[in-house]
Amino acid sequence: MSATVAFERVTVRYSGASSNAVEDVSFELGGGELIVLLGPSGCGKSTLLRTVNRLVPVESGRVVVDGANVAEVDPVELRRHIGYAIQAVGLFAHMTVAENVAVVPSLLGWKTAEIDARVDELLQLVGLQPDIYRNRRPSGLSGGEAQRVGVARAIAGRPRALLMDEPFGAVDVLARTALQGELIRIVRSLGTTTLFVTHDVDEAFRLADRIVVMRNGRVEHVGVPLELFDAPATPYVRDLVHAGDEVYRRYFVHAREQLRSGTS
Amino acid sequence: MNYLALHPARVAALAAAHLELVGIALLVALAIALPLGLWAARRPSVEPWLLGTLGAIYTIPSLALLAGFVQWLGLGFMPIFVVLIVYAQFMLARNVVAGIRGVDPFQIDAARGLGMSPRQVLARVEFPQALPVLIGGVRIAAIAMISIATLGGYVGGVGLGVLIFDGLTLHQPQMIVAGSLVACVLAIAVDASLRSVERRASS
Repeated sequence: MSATVAFERVTVRYSGASSNAVEDVSFELGGGELIVLLGPSGCGKSTLLRTVNRLVPVESGRVVVDGANVAEVDPVELRRHIGYAIQAVGLFAHMTVAENVAVVPSLLGWKTAEIDARVDELLQLVGLQPDIYRNRRPSGLSGGEAQRVGVARAIAGRPRALLMDEPFGAVDVLARTALQGELIRIVRSLGTTTLFVTHDVDEAFRLADRIVVMRNGRVEHVGVPLELFDAPATPYVRDLVHAGDEVYRRYFVHAREQLRSGTS
Repeated sequence: MNYLALHPARVAALAAAHLELVGIALLVALAIALPLGLWAARRPSVEPWLLGTLGAIYTIPSLALLAGFVQWLGLGFMPIFVVLIVYAQFMLARNVVAGIRGVDPFQIDAARGLGMSPRQVLARVEFPQALPVLIGGVRIAAIAMISIATLGGYVGGVGLGVLIFDGLTLHQPQMIVAGSLVACVLAIAVDASLRSVERRASS
C-alpha cells in the first residue's frame, strides 16, 4: 500500500535558467515514512517534490517510486496513485466540495456509490460534517476548511504516496496546528508515505519522521528532527534551527510531543 | 409602424430567416474560433499575431468586406454568411483566449497533479471555468452579427435587411423603420437571454 520513494542523484534545470534548481540530491523515503523538506523559498524543495509525480522533469539522475523510474511510466497513471496537495489548494471553483474530493476516485473509475461513501468518509476524516459541506462551493469555505478539503481530495484515491507542498501555508496559526495534528493522525492511520514541503522550522519539527534541509538546490542535512539540533551538518542548518539554544530545543520538543500526544 | 401592422407574416418570416442566418453563422464561427483561441491561449507567441490579424480584419468596414466577398462568391446568401463568420472571429477568439487564460493556474496545477490528462484538464477544469467569458463573447458577437446581417439585404441575401433596402429603393420609410425596429428587438432579446445564460454559467 505505501510506496518507497528514492531520489538518486537528482538534478533539475529549468530551461533558460543559469543554474540548477535542484543539484545532485539523493535520499530515500521508506514505506509509510513522513519526510519534511525544509528550506527557504527558492531552495528547490517544491521543485524536488514535483519531480515525484513528474510535474517537473529531471535533468539527470532518477526518481524511483516503488522500484520504477518515474520517467519511464505514464505520468497520468502515476499521478492518480500519488496524492497531491498544494498551498494554494486549487480547489476547482465550479465544482462542489464533494465533486472536488471525488476527482481522483472518478478518474480511477470507481462506482458512484463507492465514490459517494468515500467522499463522506473523507470529509469526516478531515473534520468536516458531510451534511453541511458536501454541496458547498469552494467560494463558501474558509481558508482552513478549503485546506481540509484539499487534503481530503489528495488522499481520496487511496494513494501509495502523498505529496504536500506547504498545504497549511495559507491558514492562521491555530487552524494550522489543528490541521497538523489531523495530518499526523491521518497519515499514521493510513500509513501513507508522505513528502511534505515547508519553510517553517516549527512545522517541520512537529510533523517529520525525518527532515531534509535544502538550500540553493542542494541537501544540507538529512536526519531525525533532534539531530538537526544536536549535530547540524552545516553552519546553515545550525543557524536555521538555532542549534545550541536550549530554549528553542525545549520548545520544539514540547511542540512535537504535544501534537503527537493529542492525536494518538 | 404601419408596415409591421399590415404585413406581420412577412416581417415574421424575414425575422426568422434573419435569426437563422445569424444562428448558423455563429455556430460555424464558434467552430473556427474555439480551436483558434485555444491555440493562441496555449502559445503566447501565437496570440499577438492571431488577435492582431483578426482585429485588423474587424476594422474593415463591413460593407467593404461584403463587397469583396460578393466579387468572389456572387450575390445571395453566401457573401453575408461568410462576412458574419469572418467578423465574429475577433470577438469570439479574443474571449476564448481571455477565458482560458483567466483560469486560476493553481487549479490547473492541481488538476494535472491529481492525474487528469491534458484533454481532461481542458474539458473538466479549463472549459467550464472559461464558459462565462466565452458566453460573453458569443453574446457580443451575436448582437453585432444581428446588426451586420441586415447588409445582406443589399446583396440579395435573406433577413430583415431585405425590408430595409427594399424600403430604400421604393421610398417606403415605413419598411425601413419596420426592418430596423425588429432587428433592434431581436438584438435586445438575444442580449437579454444570453446574459441570463452567462449569469447561470458563472454561478
